[in-house]
Amino acid sequence: MFRVTRNAIDLQELVAFVTDPEAGAIVTFIGTTRNNNEGRKVIALDYEAYPEMAEKELKRLGEEAGKRWRIQRMAIVHRIGPVQITEPSVIIAVSAAHRADAFEACRFAIEEIKKSVPIWKKEVFEGGEVWIGTQSGQPLNRY
Amino acid sequence: MKVKVKFFAILRERAGAAEATKEIREGSTVAELWELLQRDYPRLAPVRMRLLYAVNQDYVNADYALKEGDEVVFVPPVSGG
Repeated sequence: MFRVTRNAIDLQELVAFVTDPEAGAIVTFIGTTRNNNEGRKVIALDYEAYPEMAEKELKRLGEEAGKRWRIQRMAIVHRIGPVQITEPSVIIAVSAAHRADAFEACRFAIEEIKKSVPIWKKEVFEGGEVWIGTQSGQPLNRY
Repeated sequence: MKVKVKFFAILRERAGAAEATKEIREGSTVAELWELLQRDYPRLAPVRMRLLYAVNQDYVNADYALKEGDEVVFVPPVSGG
């Protein structure tokens, strides 16, 4: 399951999706909106995606994780639109026979999302708003 | 030939448009298209961030030769998560 959605993300749906009789571990990561950033009081994060490509890139990184670690199933759902303080913007769930593979694949997924998946966040803070990431371009690291 | 351009995030705001159709010379590259777009949308010109390029939902290099009907996206630094 690799999806971009305008709706609130349902953790239980992802956990159910990766639940597998051969798995001995399920690791989840939840990225949430924090109330401060670089000294600014954050009101909300407003996410935008190139949805067709974002889902394709999520699937691609899921496949790459499957080559690197022995995992059973993976699910990634990223929310777009406004995400309020404490709400999840992204949830990743990974199941594996053993916990080390699940932890590492989950970590890989969130790090790759931040590098190469076409999703952008605008920080809305007290006194203004700013697109995050535009001050320091990063190279594309292909697998 | 015609190609479709989609703008996202900071580039969408600077262009004041989410989509555009652009008539370009056969064999134009992604980098050449970007030069042309900066003339159509002068507010794109001061963009100094490093852009990535995507054609039909796959990343390509700046020298990628475009074809009729391609969907081109200039990808500002991503910040998902």
